[in-house]
Amino acid sequence: MKISQQEVEKIAHLARLDVDDELKETLAGQLSDILDYIDTLKDVDVDGVTPVSGAAFMNNVFREDEREPSPGPDVTLANAPERDQDFYVVPRVVK
Amino acid sequence: MNLHTLTIAQAQDLLAKKEISSVELTRAFLDRIDKYDNIISAFITVDPDLALKQAEQADRIIAKGENQAFTGIPVALKDVLCTKGVKTTCASKILENFVPQYDATVVEKFKAQDAVLIGKANMDEFAMGSSTENSAFFVTRNPWNTDHVPGGSSGGSAAAVAARFCAGAVGTDTGGSIRQPASHCGVVGLKPTYGRVSRFGVVAYASSLDQVGPITRDVTDAAMMLNLMGGHDPKDSTSAPEQMSDFTKGIAMFKDKGLSGMTAGIPKEILSLEGIDPEVKTMFENARKTLEGLGITIKEISLPHTNYAVAAYYIIAPCEASANLARFDGVRYGYRDMDSDDLIEMYKKTKSKGFGLEVQRRIIIGTYSLSSGYYDAYYGRASQVRALIMDDFKRAFEECDIILSPVAPTPAFKIGEKVGDPLTMYLSDIFCLSCNMAGIPGISVPAGISSTGLPMGLQMMSRHFDEMSLIRAGYGFEQAVSKHIEFPEL
Repeated sequence: MKISQQEVEKIAHLARLDVDDELKETLAGQLSDILDYIDTLKDVDVDGVTPVSGAAFMNNVFREDEREPSPGPDVTLANAPERDQDFYVVPRVVK
Repeated sequence: MNLHTLTIAQAQDLLAKKEISSVELTRAFLDRIDKYDNIISAFITVDPDLALKQAEQADRIIAKGENQAFTGIPVALKDVLCTKGVKTTCASKILENFVPQYDATVVEKFKAQDAVLIGKANMDEFAMGSSTENSAFFVTRNPWNTDHVPGGSSGGSAAAVAARFCAGAVGTDTGGSIRQPASHCGVVGLKPTYGRVSRFGVVAYASSLDQVGPITRDVTDAAMMLNLMGGHDPKDSTSAPEQMSDFTKGIAMFKDKGLSGMTAGIPKEILSLEGIDPEVKTMFENARKTLEGLGITIKEISLPHTNYAVAAYYIIAPCEASANLARFDGVRYGYRDMDSDDLIEMYKKTKSKGFGLEVQRRIIIGTYSLSSGYYDAYYGRASQVRALIMDDFKRAFEECDIILSPVAPTPAFKIGEKVGDPLTMYLSDIFCLSCNMAGIPGISVPAGISSTGLPMGLQMMSRHFDEMSLIRAGYGFEQAVSKHIEFPEL
């Protein structure tokens, strides 16, 4: 599977990554190699095999919906890069 | 007495008898860190004052006779475990200044017994890598030969144990990240069954594969550490409700009846794989003979999908990583690019300046594999292959109690040797990955030294929740082989 630099750019945008031209070229080459290797999965007969999404014993886990004390805004926002009182600040969204 | 050479069990005994104090023990390790960590670079954060304060507290508890198994024992934590008030970086620039507001459940368990948390160990960024070269800060060096990598991603933890900077360490294992560095550093690494140990407060890489476990000097210490770390945690919905056992009973079982009655399977596929170092093959052959001598029955088994484990893993893990790492968006914690005045631009600049190359590479592979039109061909198919790998193990464990393989196809490679070629790096995980895919436990025990002076580990895997068999067989093997391997001088 050949990955073009345009495809890398498109995927990087979806992943919200800012990839410069040099890296785009490197990644396109490396991803093509990796996906070529991954294409060996096409040799496996998976007809009728139910996919698994985890190694856990897939039972749903329920618990009582009980109220517990909140750590409060000073703990919750302690690592905020930018805050205003009890709010996170982000760049303007609506223009 | 060289206190830094003590195992956890030995230190525990001497502390309980009050022949040594935790402060003396902690000082001995801190002195070694001070003297040698400028060469090894195992630690991202060491706070000697905090460690000594914890040691003093432990000594008070011991004086009162209220000590528990880990009271006063200095332990290192991989820097992926959240520690309240102590920087937790995941070896990433994006978390360079992140100070968690709570402890991971595993950390709480050590604190509840007044262990000494001596430092936060280096790792591949977000646990993605096999050499610790992907740390955003510095490369950790292998104590056996400083030109070589310690393995990864828990390379700092394994190097710290091998260099005797701590009595034991905690690592995490998503695709071999405990066992492979343990093998490369000549120490014991145990990946418990998926769900055995709580992942609450452990920064997530690939949630269906991640598991926390011990890296120790010997098998006894690994059993003791698993006793402490394991058990159900309501804060982790994937944590297993299974009852815990006293895993040191596996040692008593060996002392009582050796390995007789146990059957070990050797998958016929693994030795025909390409790229296995002849010395690793010899080590494995010798290990087989040793185990036979201890009374185990050897049987050839088949794991027909072994060859596809790497390909399936390098779809599934990046898919999960791309979802997990979306949270690092520069809004709630971690690094933010302050120059952007547009939200999307802020996200992009934050992530690309904050994440290293391997992390971005895996996010892109994951995003690609999950994107519209490719999902079925990649993630869907890989999840089906995963089901087949799990079936392979289920069938194999009808015929045997443990499965043997080398941990890694070669001894530790040289620093820089594989950096430019991610695919070759990925292939070095071949023996470890399927264990995570199936969720079964695996242990790495030191099994020999190569002609170049580098350690090689033997891997044993067992059924879900049967860590006991690994402790029993691992301890037996250790008595015959591992304990005769001398640790390197620094």
